[in-house]
Amino acid sequence: MPVYSDKVMEHFMKPRNVGEIPDADGIGEVGNPVCGDMMTFYIKVKDGKLEDVKFKTFGCGAAIAVSSMVSEMAIGKTLEEAARITNQSVAQELGGLPKNKMHCSNLGASALHKAIKDYADKNGIKIEGLKVEEEEHEDDEKTC
Amino acid sequence: MTGRVYLDYAATTPVLPEVLQAMLPYFNEVYGNPLSIHAWGDRARQAIEEARAKTASLIGVARPEEIIFTSSGTESNNMAIKGLALGRQDKGKHVIVSEIEHFSVLHSARTLQKSGFEVTTVPVDRNGVVNPDDVARSLRKDTVLVSVMHANGEVGTIQPIKEIAGKVREAGALFHTDAVASTGILPVNVAELGVDALSMAANQFYGPKGAGALWVRRGVRLLPLMDGGVQEDGRRPGTENVPAIVGMGKAAEIARIEMTERAAKFTALRDRLIQGVLGKVPYTILTGHPTQRLPNHASFCVEFIEGEAMLMLLSSQGVAVSSGSACTSRALKASHVLIAMGLSHEIAQGSLMCTVGIGTTEADIDYVVETLPPIVGRLREMSPLWAKHLKQGKGE
Repeated sequence: MPVYSDKVMEHFMKPRNVGEIPDADGIGEVGNPVCGDMMTFYIKVKDGKLEDVKFKTFGCGAAIAVSSMVSEMAIGKTLEEAARITNQSVAQELGGLPKNKMHCSNLGASALHKAIKDYADKNGIKIEGLKVEEEEHEDDEKTC
Repeated sequence: MTGRVYLDYAATTPVLPEVLQAMLPYFNEVYGNPLSIHAWGDRARQAIEEARAKTASLIGVARPEEIIFTSSGTESNNMAIKGLALGRQDKGKHVIVSEIEHFSVLHSARTLQKSGFEVTTVPVDRNGVVNPDDVARSLRKDTVLVSVMHANGEVGTIQPIKEIAGKVREAGALFHTDAVASTGILPVNVAELGVDALSMAANQFYGPKGAGALWVRRGVRLLPLMDGGVQEDGRRPGTENVPAIVGMGKAAEIARIEMTERAAKFTALRDRLIQGVLGKVPYTILTGHPTQRLPNHASFCVEFIEGEAMLMLLSSQGVAVSSGSACTSRALKASHVLIAMGLSHEIAQGSLMCTVGIGTTEADIDYVVETLPPIVGRLREMSPLWAKHLKQGKGE
């Protein structure tokens, strides 16, 4: 088993905000099961802020901890602030991740950004600083 | 939580107390170099030869001098694949291996490829079984070596070695089998199997880590992996690891005596575990052959969830098992064995491997069978794949 930080273990054992939002304002999905990790994020937006964030994750301990941490970091933030959460900053908040988990499992911020993009597109608005990473390896089994 | 139930005997077994006792004097009492011409050397040399006889006896070898002690199953496999193929390269440069071999065989074959050998990889069926006819069809005039494992450590499947060996012999090639997962667990007899070389490792049958052996039939040419002195007839130079070799011999002696009893005990525990898990965890499949499998081996794929997360939660309840999921491996690749058997990457992610051993009790099995379902339930509740499955109306 990889050596995870106490913070990762804590989020893995007691993940926050697991679930779906039935009437979500935005939904974002990343990953594929070949690489091992899939995340779906649901957001509820009120007055330009993330009123609620929930997730479902298929994946390793790191993927689950990352999802939980992202949800915690995002709730209550404005969409612009949430757009600035990066996969790197999530890993930092978790006290670091094993090297080989940085790419594959650390996709929480990307999933959140996709959900925000989904909301923005539906409502015809632009969120400053929002970047949605292309999933360049969706069909490529070798580049997990 | 600290460890409570160890079901990872395929990773390694503990060293039996009798084995440890047998080894201890060879660290600081009988510390001579077996090559030395004096009393200290004589005693060490004698101990090695006794261990060689016991190890030979475990696999039905009549001439103990055909046993070469190594450091591990991996070294034995490297020595067999490279040493046998290179020893015969004047006759041809074609080698056949199965898709589900251990990496020490597969990667050794890859190394041969780099020096001009051709390698054919034969497939396995859904149960992980090699079809002897596939091997027969792959044999060529220039085939010098075929290697198919006796039993697979990840899915427990036992191969029809006798049938495969028969075809290989007819074609005049050498046949090696990696019996690391089976030696000491199943009756292994080289004459009955009809093989020319066989690999084994002590830490699979309650001997120490760092001790393995390769048996090569007398008269078969084997090029050594290392150059050096005359130890192990020059085939494996370097001062012998005397305590480890003594431990391997002792473990082999005990395994031979206790094998039938152990196998009966393991089979009952294994079947209790398989029935328990399949009965209590829906959408779980048994991987490997349903009956032609190692008596100590139960392996599954639990659908809609990932193995590492399962292992971590089981570990938090004191249960030690393993997984072939991509996330569990350092290279983040799903087990090549499960993929070769035709399982999808998604299913392979839910890999769970449990192996019982001499310390396992019925209560241990029942504890695992009780502990697993809520863990699976919890991870499925978190899984988007499970949610999708439920929305699709549970149908397949």
